[in-house]
Amino acid sequence: MMPGMPTTIDWHETQRLIAAGAQLVEVLPAAEYAEAHLPGALNIPLKELDRARVAQLRRDQPLIVYCWDYQ
Amino acid sequence: MSPRAASRLESLGLTNIYDFAAGKATWLAAGLTIEGSDAATPRAGDHARKDVPTCQLDEPLTAVRERVSATGWDTCIVINEQRIVLGRLGRSALSNSDAQTVEEAMSAGPSTIRPDTPLATITQRLRDKNLTSALVTTLEGELIGLLQLEGTATQLL
Repeated sequence: MMPGMPTTIDWHETQRLIAAGAQLVEVLPAAEYAEAHLPGALNIPLKELDRARVAQLRRDQPLIVYCWDYQ
Repeated sequence: MSPRAASRLESLGLTNIYDFAAGKATWLAAGLTIEGSDAATPRAGDHARKDVPTCQLDEPLTAVRERVSATGWDTCIVINEQRIVLGRLGRSALSNSDAQTVEEAMSAGPSTIRPDTPLATITQRLRDKNLTSALVTTLEGELIGLLQLEGTATQLL
């Protein structure tokens, strides 16, 4: 893996990082986010990922991004 | 989708990015806490009996029979050290006088359901099949508990 590339993690590691203060971003559409999302997750749909929307994210904490599954 | 999102976030200058590629589907299937409108929907994992007796393959059946009887249960779930479900001992298996060990008496590979299965869905499915319980496990097969129809009927009222 090249340095700086996002790291793929499983749900165990996701839990560990959340406990350590990581931010969570769900990139699915708003309606899906509203039905169910990981506790504390923000919603930035993939189509809306731009500089304005990511300005709210902290730069000093790990960031975990997720969608529905591998597709 | 999330790998593309992770790359896009990187292009926007963020670092220390992690891609939870298995996603929300896996989180739900693991029976973990969620937020949102679906959070209020009763799920199988929330109502599974976590105190169902368990045993291991090489245990003497007589010892397991006595231990289970003392708890008032009539079933025992066979697991390994990682709590992965290997089999189930029902009432007749527990009383099997021909078997020496759990492994000899058990029903291997029992059917299981995921913890995020809506309680109403599994309750109807059990009634349709004249069953009274369902084993709840994670995606990896780790035991969460036993969902019993009598208990759920009460909770659904």
